[in-house]
Amino acid sequence: MRIRSALAVAAIVTLAAACGGGGGGGETPSGDGQPVKLDFLSLAWQKESVAANKEIVAEWNKSHPDIQVTYVQGSWDNVNDQLVTQFAGGTAPDVIHNDSPALAGFASDGYLLDLTAKLPAELKSDIPQAAWDTVTFMGGEGEQGVYGVPFLQESQVIIANKKLLDASGVRVPTPDNPWTWDEFSEAAKKMTKDGTYGVAWAMKSPVNRTLNLALNFGGTFFQTGADGNTTVKVGPEEREVLQRIHDQLYKDKSADPAALGQGTADPLPAFFQGKFAMLPTGVYLRQQVTEQAPDGFEWVTLPAPKGVTAEQGAVSQTLSIAQDSEHPDQAMQFIAYFLNAENQAKLAKGDWLLPTSQKAESDPAITTKENGWDVATASAKNLVVAPFLKVNGYDEWRSKVATPVLQEYYANKISLDDAAKRLVEEGNQVLERYHR
Amino acid sequence: MRRVPPYLALFAYVVFLAFPLLWLLSTALKTPQEMALTSPTWIPREPTLANFADAFGEQDLVGAALRSLVVALSSSLITVLISLPAAYAMARYRSLVSRIAVGWVLVSQVFPFILIVIPLFLIMRDLELVNTLPGLVAVHVTFTLPFALWMLQGYVRAVPRELEEAAAVDGAGRLRSIASVVAPLLAPGVVATLLFAFISSWNEFLFALVFLQDPDVMTLPLTLVRFTGPEGVARLGPLAAASLMATIPSLIFFAIIQRRLKSGLMAGAVKG
Repeated sequence: MRIRSALAVAAIVTLAAACGGGGGGGETPSGDGQPVKLDFLSLAWQKESVAANKEIVAEWNKSHPDIQVTYVQGSWDNVNDQLVTQFAGGTAPDVIHNDSPALAGFASDGYLLDLTAKLPAELKSDIPQAAWDTVTFMGGEGEQGVYGVPFLQESQVIIANKKLLDASGVRVPTPDNPWTWDEFSEAAKKMTKDGTYGVAWAMKSPVNRTLNLALNFGGTFFQTGADGNTTVKVGPEEREVLQRIHDQLYKDKSADPAALGQGTADPLPAFFQGKFAMLPTGVYLRQQVTEQAPDGFEWVTLPAPKGVTAEQGAVSQTLSIAQDSEHPDQAMQFIAYFLNAENQAKLAKGDWLLPTSQKAESDPAITTKENGWDVATASAKNLVVAPFLKVNGYDEWRSKVATPVLQEYYANKISLDDAAKRLVEEGNQVLERYHR
Repeated sequence: MRRVPPYLALFAYVVFLAFPLLWLLSTALKTPQEMALTSPTWIPREPTLANFADAFGEQDLVGAALRSLVVALSSSLITVLISLPAAYAMARYRSLVSRIAVGWVLVSQVFPFILIVIPLFLIMRDLELVNTLPGLVAVHVTFTLPFALWMLQGYVRAVPRELEEAAAVDGAGRLRSIASVVAPLLAPGVVATLLFAFISSWNEFLFALVFLQDPDVMTLPLTLVRFTGPEGVARLGPLAAASLMATIPSLIFFAIIQRRLKSGLMAGAVKG
């Protein structure tokens, strides 16, 4: 959604860029005794997360009088509109917080610095290759480059009402022994009784969630031919998760149909009231649950079910450096400090997400049983790069084709065959325009 | 008894208008738990000021509101100062030029802002007006001006030309007749235009977002958006508290100025 609105203006960026150039975020050139000044655009918005960001920046500024960082708070909803303009005008912040799907476009437009040669060895080795894959894209001159440092990732878990879970008598899954999708569906059926549903799927924005879960059965939804062009595919692997969620809704009747049209956090009031027992969702929603749950309400975090594998598609939150930054080396130093293991643990805790730092993963703050951190953090090992991340035209496919098709399918208005046909045929028409 | 139905309709309309504000107030005073109830309550069970404390503790709302006030007052005053004489000329001197000017003003309204934001940004950058409040005022004036002009020329046209002619018969020159006859009659129109320009500028988000990068110059809408996260998830409590505070200056401004919004000044001015 965020990218889509940016695309609205992207068409004229090329034109505008012709008149652009110059500028640069930093203000004071180094070497004249003045401190280097860097602008850091942060998108943190949760109370604890904003506090953690400010604290780390303050510590940096105290210990690095020669490189002073200004913390600028932006917002996820509008960041890409803001950046498109500021990149074109050459006044973008030096250090930019964003997420990996947004980087592909900015990288190929030449607005982001390729960090490959600048990454300190310690930072590079602390973050696993699967996370680096989420930020590796083709740059403006057609070469592969690393256009951001991935630092926070989201995985899917199931948040469950403990009382209803215990009463059903089903086996409680663990990160080492998660439910299979069959067991998950059985459990949902067992929890469905007396007006209570087993599960609720909030599918207002169904695409990313469906695609990330489809990896459980090896469903990638996209294939790249010998000519290098990507097309949509919906084969047996892709259909598995679609069919299973549909079955829960209409065959087993174990999923609450009322939640279908809801956004991520919308089902919580009904969840607290015990209208359904399990809510498959992203790890960050635990924050909302902790804050809003009525007194005495007990909940647990369960690992997502596994298919052939437990793999889930991941996107990352990232820190990048603007191509026009006058102080890229100092910006890299700041990023390396900002994302060291200790700080990543703080940031992950503040945003209720998972750190990419392998050292941070063992930090007691994010491995405690409290609020399901142990299960959430353990799910990080199942994250692989989301297959759609590198598909040119994915965002348009998602908004114009996949979102309406999946919404209609989950609402039982069209069959799986129809859905598959439209995803492929209409989807390929969209992708064709992006072929080079 | 015949008066009851109109009053009922009026009451329903007032409730309709007041609903969002009252709901904002109710939300601002609720705990996160109470916001997550399936049957929402109007009166918070355990009213709390924690949302206000969070909102004001985390963000410089007062500073942002002051900056927004400076921008909105300046741009509304400048808009009216520029558009008033232009509107008079457009309404009174009917010629091909004025007709083209009116058409051009209307055409300018159909361009989506987002299309021109980048070229405008480049111009402002070259003028060194990016990241400054005067720059934002200039942009707001530019974008409010066409509609303000359109509004005001409608008001000018509503002042009968005969009144000016009558003043001329009494020996008043054009300037004198404008100052003594037209200006007082235009006051309600000017007030309405001022309000329109003020509220447009007070609420404006997109230009502020791209032009203001330094935290020290950011306006209120940019500060409010910080309480929202991705995918429509927001910190509703602090957002409601901050939004409630953000509506107060416009309400005060409106309360002060609305006494001037009178109609009927010209009733019976010209008897045919």
